[in-house]
Amino acid sequence: MTKTITDVICPFCGTLCDDIEVIVSDDGKKLLEVNNACVIGTEKFLHSQSSDRITRPRMHQEDGSWKEISYDEAVEYTAQMLAKARKPLLFGWSSTNCEAQSVGNEIAEMSRACCDNTAATCHGTSLIAIQDVGLPSCTLGEIKNRADRIIFWGCNPAHAHPRHMSRYSIFPRGFFTGKGQMSRKLIVVDPRVTDTAKMADMHLQVEQGKDYELLDALRVAFKGEWLPDVVAGIPGEKIREAADVMKSGRFGIIFFGMGVTQTLGKNHNIDAAIAVTKDLNEYTKFSIMPMRGHYNVTGSGEVFAWQFGFPYAVDLTRGFARYNPGDTSTIDLLTRGEIDAMLTIGSDPGAHFPISAVKPIAKMPSVCIDPHLTPTSGVSKLHVPVAFNGVETGGNCYRMDNVPIDCRKVVEPPEGMLTDEEFLIKVRDRLKQLKEAA
Amino acid sequence: MTKSITINLISGRTIQQGVAIEGGKEKANYRTAAGIIELDPTDLKKLGAWKNTNVRVTSPYGSVVVKATETTQGPHPGVAFIPMGPWANSIIDPNTYSTGMPTFKGTPVTLEVAANEPILLGIELVQKLCGVKTA
Repeated sequence: MTKTITDVICPFCGTLCDDIEVIVSDDGKKLLEVNNACVIGTEKFLHSQSSDRITRPRMHQEDGSWKEISYDEAVEYTAQMLAKARKPLLFGWSSTNCEAQSVGNEIAEMSRACCDNTAATCHGTSLIAIQDVGLPSCTLGEIKNRADRIIFWGCNPAHAHPRHMSRYSIFPRGFFTGKGQMSRKLIVVDPRVTDTAKMADMHLQVEQGKDYELLDALRVAFKGEWLPDVVAGIPGEKIREAADVMKSGRFGIIFFGMGVTQTLGKNHNIDAAIAVTKDLNEYTKFSIMPMRGHYNVTGSGEVFAWQFGFPYAVDLTRGFARYNPGDTSTIDLLTRGEIDAMLTIGSDPGAHFPISAVKPIAKMPSVCIDPHLTPTSGVSKLHVPVAFNGVETGGNCYRMDNVPIDCRKVVEPPEGMLTDEEFLIKVRDRLKQLKEAA
Repeated sequence: MTKSITINLISGRTIQQGVAIEGGKEKANYRTAAGIIELDPTDLKKLGAWKNTNVRVTSPYGSVVVKATETTQGPHPGVAFIPMGPWANSIIDPNTYSTGMPTFKGTPVTLEVAANEPILLGIELVQKLCGVKTA
């Protein structure tokens, strides 16, 4: 006999779908089938069951081979590394729960570390803009029930947040949006004709890197002032048409992604997008929301912010929290060679940082806490595999609209494996002993 | 003489890349999903390459071999797309301009056909570039 577990939370992207069904064996040890999830979420649940999974910590040896060690030895290496380091970096946190993040912050305080999450390479610039000019936002539930103007700017949810459109933004029939897709107008702004753009009522194929210009042109068009014939590759007429579509809605939302946060202009692009939202509120109700990637990167920002006062790029080396992106941010710290030990958890900088920021990691004492084999585990001195958060352990996570949702445990991890939180608690306790003895 | 073209590189998520990272970054499927460069058919023609030919992509920040494929999300002449991952990150512009964020989108790169050069696996590529000894 099998058991069906309903209302499971998917731990892949910031959409944090909460309607997954998982079929497990009677003894609760084997995950057999996943229903309702997108293809990426399904793969995540199923990969936890793979037979070639690493289940014990491994140390990288001089000759390039890996030696299996116990969790206690791994705790000892990690605690000693952090105790000795002058400026350690604790990076990641976006694919683990808030409970583990909180223990990580205790470790960061004790070791006077720099700590940062994956906003470093996704919405860090959005956070800077939000601190500069604020963010008129809402929840995904409000969008489902009310929004009739949907703008996807520099994001491609058809690929990156596959169920976002069916659950919240385009297709669902909400309280005031009873006709689903028929009651909404979709505008996509992207330099490519993405699979999201193909579904749009209007696609503005902006010239790559010219988002700021186009956002400013929209602000001009709202006011009906003079526009050049072409801005950012888009004819002025089309910009006016898009402005009219936005103004004529009852409730609109701009979702924005890496297309604006990672191109030149960076936080200023987001400033301009927020200014567009502000302007639109003169005519109708409009909101704006970042499309957060990792399922709990939002939670990591929340935990950093409530404990240290800043959402990412926190530097505790002076014994109190400092925040100065460009100075205390991970990519800059690594490329300037300021870090002398690195602990990575719940992310993969090896794959997702520019290579010039990965090279220093390979040269310093380093620990990678990750259930998978990754480029980061491949260049770290110690790899600590852990239980899959959201599959083999629960814990609190934040959806992209800042709504906290508790993830659920659906199967047991392989025997003897620790969770992120359990491993970090052991490291914290050992580090405390070392610090008290010193 | 080998032809080369200069093009504007961006990177980002694809659903195939998403499936591959969850399925295991040590596997060949990750290379199939993210060790590619999606080009507009007109740019493939300018380069003088058939689709699915290995090409070397070079920027001021590095060089990497990937497979040139014909884009499914085009047309986007003048823009090339490598899915996010170690292949893209071998060559993208790491400058953060004091924001903490590297410039993942908008790096000018040069492309040339490299039909006989191998495309490395994801972990293998990063280990090689970092000079990590492997058994």
